[in-house]
Amino acid sequence: MQFSEAWLRSLVNPALNTQELGHLLTMAGLEVEALTPVAPAFDLVVVAEILSAEKHPDADRLQVCQVNVGASQPLTIVCGAANARAGLKTACALVGAVLPGDFAIKQAKVRGVASYGMLCSTKELGVSGDAAGILELSGDAPVGQSLRRWLSLDDQLLTLKLTPNRGDCLSLQGIAREVAALADAPLMSIDCAPVAVTSDATHPVAIEEETACPRYCGRVIHGLDANAATPNWMIERLERSGLRAIHPVVDVSNYVLLELGQPMHAFDLARLQGGIRVRMGRAGETLALLNEQHITLAGDALTIADDSGALALAGIMGGVATAVSPATSAIFLEAAHFHPDAIAGRARRYGLSTDSSHRFERGVDPELPRRALERASRLILDICGGAGGPVVEVGPGVPARAPITFRPARVRRLLGFDLADTVIRTLLLRLDLKVVGEAEVWQVSVPSHRFDLNAEVDLIEEIARVHGYDAIPVAAPRGQARMLPVGEGKRTPHDLKKLMVARGYQEIITYSFLSEELDRDFRTTGGALPLLNPIASQMGVMRGSLMGGLIQTLKHNLNHGQERLRLFEIGRVFLAADADAQPLHAAGLVFGAAHAEQWGEPTRPVDFFDLKADVEALVQAHTVAFLPATHPALHPGQCARVHLDGVAAGWIGALHPRLVQSHGLCRAPILFEIDLTPLLAGQAPRYLGVPRLPSVRRDIAVVVDAREPLAAMLEGVRAAMPALVSEFALFDVYQGQGVDQGKKSLAFKMLLQHTEKTLTEPEIESAVQNVVGILSDQFNANLRR
Amino acid sequence: MNLDEILKDAEAAFATASSLPILDQVKARYLGKNGAITEQMKSLGALPVEERKAAGARINQAKDKLETLLRARRDGIQAAELERQLAAEVLDVTLPGRGDAVASLHPVTRTMARIEALFSSIGFTVADGPEIETDFYNFTALNIPENHPARAMHDTFYLDGGKLLRTHTSPVQVHYMQNQQPPLRIIAPGRVYRCDSDVTHTPMFHQVEGLWVDESVTFADLKGILADFMARFFERGDLAVRFRPSFFPFTEPSAEMDIGCVICNGAGCRVCSHTGWLEVLGCGMVHPNVFGHVGIDAERYQGFAFGLGVERLAMLRYGVDDLRLFFENDLRFLKQFA
Repeated sequence: MQFSEAWLRSLVNPALNTQELGHLLTMAGLEVEALTPVAPAFDLVVVAEILSAEKHPDADRLQVCQVNVGASQPLTIVCGAANARAGLKTACALVGAVLPGDFAIKQAKVRGVASYGMLCSTKELGVSGDAAGILELSGDAPVGQSLRRWLSLDDQLLTLKLTPNRGDCLSLQGIAREVAALADAPLMSIDCAPVAVTSDATHPVAIEEETACPRYCGRVIHGLDANAATPNWMIERLERSGLRAIHPVVDVSNYVLLELGQPMHAFDLARLQGGIRVRMGRAGETLALLNEQHITLAGDALTIADDSGALALAGIMGGVATAVSPATSAIFLEAAHFHPDAIAGRARRYGLSTDSSHRFERGVDPELPRRALERASRLILDICGGAGGPVVEVGPGVPARAPITFRPARVRRLLGFDLADTVIRTLLLRLDLKVVGEAEVWQVSVPSHRFDLNAEVDLIEEIARVHGYDAIPVAAPRGQARMLPVGEGKRTPHDLKKLMVARGYQEIITYSFLSEELDRDFRTTGGALPLLNPIASQMGVMRGSLMGGLIQTLKHNLNHGQERLRLFEIGRVFLAADADAQPLHAAGLVFGAAHAEQWGEPTRPVDFFDLKADVEALVQAHTVAFLPATHPALHPGQCARVHLDGVAAGWIGALHPRLVQSHGLCRAPILFEIDLTPLLAGQAPRYLGVPRLPSVRRDIAVVVDAREPLAAMLEGVRAAMPALVSEFALFDVYQGQGVDQGKKSLAFKMLLQHTEKTLTEPEIESAVQNVVGILSDQFNANLRR
Repeated sequence: MNLDEILKDAEAAFATASSLPILDQVKARYLGKNGAITEQMKSLGALPVEERKAAGARINQAKDKLETLLRARRDGIQAAELERQLAAEVLDVTLPGRGDAVASLHPVTRTMARIEALFSSIGFTVADGPEIETDFYNFTALNIPENHPARAMHDTFYLDGGKLLRTHTSPVQVHYMQNQQPPLRIIAPGRVYRCDSDVTHTPMFHQVEGLWVDESVTFADLKGILADFMARFFERGDLAVRFRPSFFPFTEPSAEMDIGCVICNGAGCRVCSHTGWLEVLGCGMVHPNVFGHVGIDAERYQGFAFGLGVERLAMLRYGVDDLRLFFENDLRFLKQFA
């Protein structure tokens, strides 16, 4: 909502300067988004008349003008504007004037001719308007008067950012009411007295949809003067609200919309066929709108129609067929009330946003149509002449609302400070509310224009607002001193992030949506979840895996000169749209050298087992198993399913060569992804005792088939080994010279431990042989010599 | 050689021994099985009985002296050898350490963790909720009916089946209050989505929602806690704050909170659009209709809710001037938050 300060001050004029007025509005919830002067600072610019204009003797494009600036002698001024001509009233900057941009006007010689000032364009003065040529003022502009005064340039444009509940402030009258209440200043009334009915011309109106349109007022005005022009004061106010003058009738309806907040419409009476009907759109019905857009009406689009069909989209925009034109001599002027529910969403559906729909969507005072109709009639008759018929008013109207039950004690309780009943009452009265009752429960009646106030809590907000939020004291935080439960062993996602960071992984945050292809490549559960209205197709579906974002981030950084990356992200993936199918996952990626380039270590590429160690660190305190598996995006021979406490919870593997190629990578990154939820659970540790006696270590090496997975061997041995073997673990893997092709040599360390006595050599040897036997029997492993 | 000559000879010989093995060989020449001192001892038997005692004492004296000389020389050699070893083992301690550097958290995470820590310190717990939401949780339960103009401000992403991406973290309030009775004190950090993308908007960003409901939580408390929070967050005890009336369907009264510009200290700059104030947070007292949707008695309980933009606070805190950097994940940017 943009308007001129001068217009507002014509309705309410508190003893506040512009800045104070702006602050008052902002601190009352009507945020002043911009406060700009109509014109930048300049002085010594006056209304001037060009007496004569002759071609400059030495320059084709210049004219030498004699200019009357109201002084005893005309000034000689050289001017380059093509529209400088004798008889034109324009703006003249006198010698000594300083124009915007610190442009000082001096006496100067222009191609040998002395020039005593400058004729100005709107651009040079920094005011709005056409930049072509010098300013053209109307013939009645008083020569010699300050231009600032003549054009009321010492005015400010206020732009308010209004919240959607304050539809009542989408007018000068509404804002003036608010200022009057806030500043406790008197409010001027706007003349809405009925005009004299000087004609019996009328036009029938019928409402089929009384819920959507509870009130419709109209009036015929005929005999309009086709040569009438909108007065300058109105044009100025319209322009300072961002509207252009179009036609006196249209300008008046726009003016009343701005002034009172009532959207109006004028139909060219000659083009109406039969009575006005307010009804819903009919299937297949079409309408050509004022903006030349052709729309097909939906069954819930409230329509103003006549016998010929739809004429206007009610409360949104009129149609082109019945629009007022320069040839119009008679109009039917509409001022109706449409319910917000009948308008909301409709304009947007047709890609429209109009001053009218903006207001009706937020609500308009239901008692306003008749007053607005009289106000507009007065202005049209004054400007265009003609005769007005009687007001046609149909519809049941909007029933008056019941008073709100209000307990002043609730104000103190909710706001948390002491505010006397008398003060509360005064604040309510300042807002035009009527208060009945003295004791603990009051009845508060709300005027029709404050349709946003419906409950006790709304009134409490009004009291807080008018009293001033700043005037409400600040209380120190307080609460019960009760400790929060903290599960030892439980970890938060943040704990895991810190662990990953400590292991050299950079945290990233990628968008939760990506391209359909990228999602398809990495998704292992559920189907694609497309957005119906994505920003772009690369952000078209919700991610089913975090790996896609990691790959995109890898590529971005490779393109920006990075060579070694360790990345991780913790975030939700979307397996389905249900609330319980959006688990938090953790995922990581490694690429490039195993370690940052340095002097102390030979460089080697990072591999599966580097990443595996990090995953093992992440899942520490859980039983983890890595089982060979296939994942659509991972190398089938370098991929494992990660099982946590016996439940499949994630994946680890090298990117599939197919994707390495399609993403243009020089080698495969290694990735993991794991469900975060099980990782967050955990128990406090439990002490199990320390053996008193030393353990004995024996190492054995066996040769087995190269494809035999270690996990199976460990599991087989651990299940069957004698009780005194306390640990059985791999410490070396060898393939090559001395080991047959297709075989591998595995070296294990065994720790033997008896809880009560020192082991004898035969006992040790027997246990070792037992384990060798298990390996030989179950895995065809031969002891290596 | 007499004892004096032996001692003199030995002293010279020890001095020339350059290492412990050589010293041991030299030692054997005097104290070994056939060493000079040993020979002297052996020759005692040839002396008359009355001379033996005195001669023996002299030999032992000489032997003690010899051993003292030997120890001194041994210490000397060991000290020299240690010196040599130390000299040989000098490292360039300015070479970088072996192994990998620690990485860093994303600045948004860092900021959220800081917000969580501050609110945890006064008893708020962290709550969470889904990001694909239903219309009920994102709008209806928050007192935003169908066709309400407030919905237009939200630029919602929709999915099939009427589902949508949550446009704010406020639905977490609803989930939480459906399952818990007051007193409640939670914050809910998380991702939110709006169908908007330009220099100052990304289609995904982060919010932290806060909620405190009890029998006597007031607007004055809301002001106190949030003013305290902002001062702590920016580590500025004298941070100016102000609350302006605003509108959110799910709170009444509603407020926008401004802080004095932390860039220019209120003098006016580009970041604060020369107003000296920065809008940082929306808040208000929970609307009775919201309590109604989750079955909490609005006559008995009251409380406040707030929602703040994490990226906005992160930008102000760290001086980041382009929102989009947060989601480009360029390491040259991310590494600066170590």
